[in-house]
Amino acid sequence: MKLWPLLCTCARALVRNPMRALLTVLGIVIGIAAVVAIMEIGNGSSKQISQQLTTLGADVVNVFGASVNTAGVSSGRGGRASLYAADADAITEHCQETVIAASPVVRTNDQVIVGNQNWSPNTIVGGNEHYLTIEGWEVEHGMAFTREHVRDSARVCLIGSTIAKNLFEDKDPVGEEIRIKDVIFTVIGVLGSKGADMGGNDKDDCLILPWSSIRTRLKGSSASATISKAGAANSSVGVSATDTFSTSAVSFYPGSDLQPYDNAPHPLRTVTVDGLIVQVRDSSNTTPAMDAMTTVLRAQHGLEPGELDDFEMRDRAQFANMVSSTSQTMSTLLVSVAMISLVVGGVGIMNIMMVSVTERTKEIGLRMAVGARPCDIMWQFLLEAVLLCITGGILGIATGRAISEIVAAQTGLPVESSPSAMLLAVTVSAAIGIIFGWYPAYKGSKLDPIDALHHE
Amino acid sequence: MIELKNITKVYHLGEIDLPVLKGISLKIEDGEFVSLTGASGSGKSTLMNILGCLDHPSGGEYWIDGKNVAGLNANERARLRNDRIGFVFQNFNLLPRTSALENVMMPASYHHPALPTADIRKRALELIRLVGLEERMHHTPAQLSGGQQQRVAIARSLINNPGILLADEPTGNLDSTTSVEVMNMFRDLNRKQGITVIIVTHDPKTAAFTDRAINMCDGLILEGVSDELSATLKK
Repeated sequence: MKLWPLLCTCARALVRNPMRALLTVLGIVIGIAAVVAIMEIGNGSSKQISQQLTTLGADVVNVFGASVNTAGVSSGRGGRASLYAADADAITEHCQETVIAASPVVRTNDQVIVGNQNWSPNTIVGGNEHYLTIEGWEVEHGMAFTREHVRDSARVCLIGSTIAKNLFEDKDPVGEEIRIKDVIFTVIGVLGSKGADMGGNDKDDCLILPWSSIRTRLKGSSASATISKAGAANSSVGVSATDTFSTSAVSFYPGSDLQPYDNAPHPLRTVTVDGLIVQVRDSSNTTPAMDAMTTVLRAQHGLEPGELDDFEMRDRAQFANMVSSTSQTMSTLLVSVAMISLVVGGVGIMNIMMVSVTERTKEIGLRMAVGARPCDIMWQFLLEAVLLCITGGILGIATGRAISEIVAAQTGLPVESSPSAMLLAVTVSAAIGIIFGWYPAYKGSKLDPIDALHHE
Repeated sequence: MIELKNITKVYHLGEIDLPVLKGISLKIEDGEFVSLTGASGSGKSTLMNILGCLDHPSGGEYWIDGKNVAGLNANERARLRNDRIGFVFQNFNLLPRTSALENVMMPASYHHPALPTADIRKRALELIRLVGLEERMHHTPAQLSGGQQQRVAIARSLINNPGILLADEPTGNLDSTTSVEVMNMFRDLNRKQGITVIIVTHDPKTAAFTDRAINMCDGLILEGVSDELSATLKK
């Protein structure tokens, strides 16, 4: 028997009793709808989580100076002032395969004054023009500082929303002046809110400046870092590193013969920074990026093979992995619960197919009498069950989509439609049709035509 | 040609063996119009099941067109039924909630090799016309009278051009007028198309339409015909 007429026969048998068919597939519909909705909501959530992780800096690698051991007292990480602003440019330029951008980091701690108001921000941090992108900051209002601002150690700053609220209240801070340590800076932008970090600290309580402005105008050298012998020695080998790694188009570092302006001090190649932050391309595997960065930094610092690194790196991937595996565990759990309801739906299908075979014994007898072989009967009932389940699957997908859209509209949870979930749903429901339809179909095919014909 | 040689059928009911057919030998030529009569319990239903290849005999040989079909398995018998034998039943056995036309087409869907649906439909339309139901071909069995349902059943039995038509009490559920119509239809099929028609019945009036009556009693074929039947046949 050809498939198409057989399909028509099955469809007709189902249409003959539409209410029963509908009730039969209800279990499958609910099960598939649950699977689809959970997978869609789960997908949306994990996408949101990964976006949040990016703002938390899952794709960021921190570089610190190595520790310094002075007379048996270790300074701890970052103790050695061995990192230079030029290192960030070298990494950006030479690790393009694995690194998106790098920025120096300079920190200070000071009071900020506006008119008769003052405030001590949680963090005052300096970076280059990539800093905001790397740390996932967005400028809500105003503009970000540029490469030229950094080059000129411009007196500009960006303020977090907490500072804007506390120092300016309802006034627009952009264009206003603030004072840090008697140096006047112009606010050029207000940062978008990031909320509290994992430790509960307010991330919006911050001030971001060009690193060169902090280094030259606010803080002569890193308060905590000691310029070690190795670091000092680098002033000579640093030049040789430039031969290997040519610097970028805008020249930050004019030769010593140039007279620096008094009010616009130029950063020197040898100016150390507190650390570097580097945004890598692949946040799930930072190892290749870190290897490439190590090579560049060692060459920059002129380290001989065998010499220990004068810097340390740390990525934030571990944290990201933890969060994403938690959300994965949750959705696996939910999907398995939904799968149980699919099995229950399958039992419902089997139940009704058994009833159907009994009820249509006479039809089976007739079909056999006019030449249907046992396997034809088997196919007919099996296909009927599969058809029923696939119909249920399709209805379930529609219901699931509707549920997740309603959830999205009501709760604002992000939802992402997932074609793989739909494919899975249809496959699973067809499989349920085969598994639970097989036994009734087998029973039908084993009927004796004479008995079946005279069945009352 | 149908030929039965010493066919026996024994049912095993627990430890008791119940012989129903005790050695039937019978020959029906192509194009014959015969009836199989006998009281209930005489074994005529069992014989009909064997003639229709619905069941296999316990012993003996059953030849259809020079081929012994007694030893065929279920699948081979199904194919043989589909190809060679048309069935008409007492209670019509039409598929409920299915149109007359689709009922007629149904056996052809099991034909091997598979036939194109358009051809099956064309043939079914011819047969519907032959039994005079073209006005009602889209009606379901519930919308048809008993006689009309039986005519649909006859059309259905002819869809695969069978050589043999086997009718089990075809007039059992019909009134006398309709019975005559249906029996005339069988006679026409036999006369005009040369189909071998075998009517199983306990009703002498129905048997009277046929050319030859085979009378069964207690699992055996009676030599000659019963007095009652011969009287009817003579009229």
